[in-house]
Amino acid sequence: MAGVQVSDVSRSFGAHKALDNVSIDFADGGFYALLGPSGSGKTTLLRQIAGFDFPDSGRITIGGESVERVPVEKRRIGMVFQNYALFPNMSVADNVAFGLSVRGEAKAVIATEVQRALDLVQLGKLGGRRPHQLSGGQRQRVALARAIVTKPRVLLLDEPLGALDKALRVDMQIELKRIQREIGITTIFVTHDQEEALTMSDRIGILRDGRLVQEGPPEEIYDRPKSEFAATFLGDANIFRGDSTGDGIRLADGTAIAAGVGAKLAAGAKASCAVRPERIRIARDAGTPDGNANMLKGQVSKRIFAGSNSTYFVERAGQTLKVIVQNTGMERLAEGQDVVLRWSPESTVLIAAN
Amino acid sequence: MAAATASRSGLRSALPLLAPAYLWLTVAIFLPLSAMVFFSFMTELPLSGKPWTFTLGNYATFFSQSLYLTLLLASLRLGLEVTLWCVVIGYPAAYVLAKVLKGRSREAIFLLVILPFWSNGLVRIFSWAMVLREGGILDTALNAVLPFKINIDLMYSYPAVIIGLVHSYVPYMVLTCYLTLQAIDDSLIEAGRSLGASRLQVLKRVIIPLSMPGLVAGAALIFVPVVGSFMEPRILGGRTGTFYGTVIEDQFVAVFNWPLGAALSFILLAVVLVILAVASPVLRRAA
Ligand SMILES: Nc1ncnc2c1ncn2[C@@H]1O[C@H](COP(=O)(O)OP(=O)(O)OP(=O)(O)O)[C@@H](O)[C@H]1O
Ligand SMILES: [Mg+2]
Repeated sequence: MAGVQVSDVSRSFGAHKALDNVSIDFADGGFYALLGPSGSGKTTLLRQIAGFDFPDSGRITIGGESVERVPVEKRRIGMVFQNYALFPNMSVADNVAFGLSVRGEAKAVIATEVQRALDLVQLGKLGGRRPHQLSGGQRQRVALARAIVTKPRVLLLDEPLGALDKALRVDMQIELKRIQREIGITTIFVTHDQEEALTMSDRIGILRDGRLVQEGPPEEIYDRPKSEFAATFLGDANIFRGDSTGDGIRLADGTAIAAGVGAKLAAGAKASCAVRPERIRIARDAGTPDGNANMLKGQVSKRIFAGSNSTYFVERAGQTLKVIVQNTGMERLAEGQDVVLRWSPESTVLIAAN
Repeated sequence: MAAATASRSGLRSALPLLAPAYLWLTVAIFLPLSAMVFFSFMTELPLSGKPWTFTLGNYATFFSQSLYLTLLLASLRLGLEVTLWCVVIGYPAAYVLAKVLKGRSREAIFLLVILPFWSNGLVRIFSWAMVLREGGILDTALNAVLPFKINIDLMYSYPAVIIGLVHSYVPYMVLTCYLTLQAIDDSLIEAGRSLGASRLQVLKRVIIPLSMPGLVAGAALIFVPVVGSFMEPRILGGRTGTFYGTVIEDQFVAVFNWPLGAALSFILLAVVLVILAVASPVLRRAA
């Protein structure tokens, strides 16, 4: 087991910078999600760590040892591919045995290790099958068993659950997390499913156009995004743009919005505020004023019912705001209704304009 | 396996599409072939106007003269050697085409590989004759660069036959192997490497087994016609170029003993079919 340090890594394909000075410290034993839109460089970063591709500049170490000149097969990594990449010419057991067998382990050792790995992913009885006789979820587990049976130092997963349907994906998320905890392996998980990143990982790194936008524990990124992009990419956010007042912003129409967290900005600079939809309270009228809460008036333009909660779209000064309300049996607001929105400054993140 | 089931259920709808091909095969191959089977049991060619009767004599000739068996064995060996050389030359070429080259350079090399396909067989063979003969292109070129005088006279020799045949048939191997190699997902190779296998181990354990169908198809496409080949042995082999195929050819074009030629052909066909039948389960298991 070992941590992975990526320092100032850049990689270009022609004129296109797929990775631009990326530095991330993947802690030993941690579960790290790399999140970003398509083409942001997630796979490219993973390939640099795996050794399928080499950075133009920068340094990568695994377990403190520089891997600049270490070929893939000597890096002792485990990799799970999006399309599983199981060897179709081998049985499930032979697939799992592959890594041990090329290493020249004794037959008996291989047999017990393979069985143990298959049991770990709950496929103990399917060793004799061929990959094409398995379901998508089962193939995924075989790929995982194959990757971990060699006891790699790092587990790299490139959108491993992308091809599975929602229910199966949630099952596999839980399973993957359980296995990761059980063997305590440093895991780097590429996904563009933000929910997956939030629920599974200890830390998240958000990539955009080859740059690391923000990095930290899920709660921190969710509660204190440092850019509009991070705010809207990880979860939903209402963004207000205006001029900084030092502890908030002033919108174009003069309305002040107080922000309790986020960047420290000089007054006058262009700035934004981000507010999560579930942090906003919605009501018919102002009621009793409550201290220093932010308050805006608007009109409901649409309501979407989603079982446990409802999403209201509220029009206000040409902007559509999103508000999510738990369905607790209280009265529902009709479309066209004039409403008052309120939220606390602690739920408002001040962000420097990009 | 899934593909087999699918094709069976789709057979009815595929029938109109298959019919022209089968009709053509029936007319163009099955009918003449049946006529040849018929001839092979005759004493004389009916077209010659001489009286004829049925006989097994043509087949008996093969067994009564050891020359035919010797030539058949020589031809089988020729087929085996040419096939092996085609694997040795064609497989790496197919690998480079499928897995190393990309875009334009791939197209260019591909063209070079299939060029012999498009050139006339006789032109190809006589070009080799010009290259290989004493004082020919190879000879002159080597003597131009080498400090000492050597005399390469490959013309009218067994190696010349091999060279000519390999050149004619290697595109089959390249094409069939290219198709199977190209279908192998690069992520399989990367998965192998990430599991600690060297490039060579990945080649041995993943790539070659997965491209076995292409190798087998290429080998069958090459072995069968080479065993019966006569043009290359005759032109490039000269006096050393007497093989089973040239003897059959003689019966048709020189001696006009069609019945014997037909009988010898069918014995060859039977032997080749037996070889393929024995080899296919072995190869399938290896794949
Ligand atoms: N071998 C390559 N040659 C040229 N360009 C490449 C190559 N590999 C990646 N790129 C480019 O680098 C950028 C980053 O690609 P990458 O595959 O890392 O994206 P990603 O974040 O994994 O996206 P996705 O979510 O779609 O998988 C893309 O613009 C891509 O076109
Ligand atoms: Mg990717």
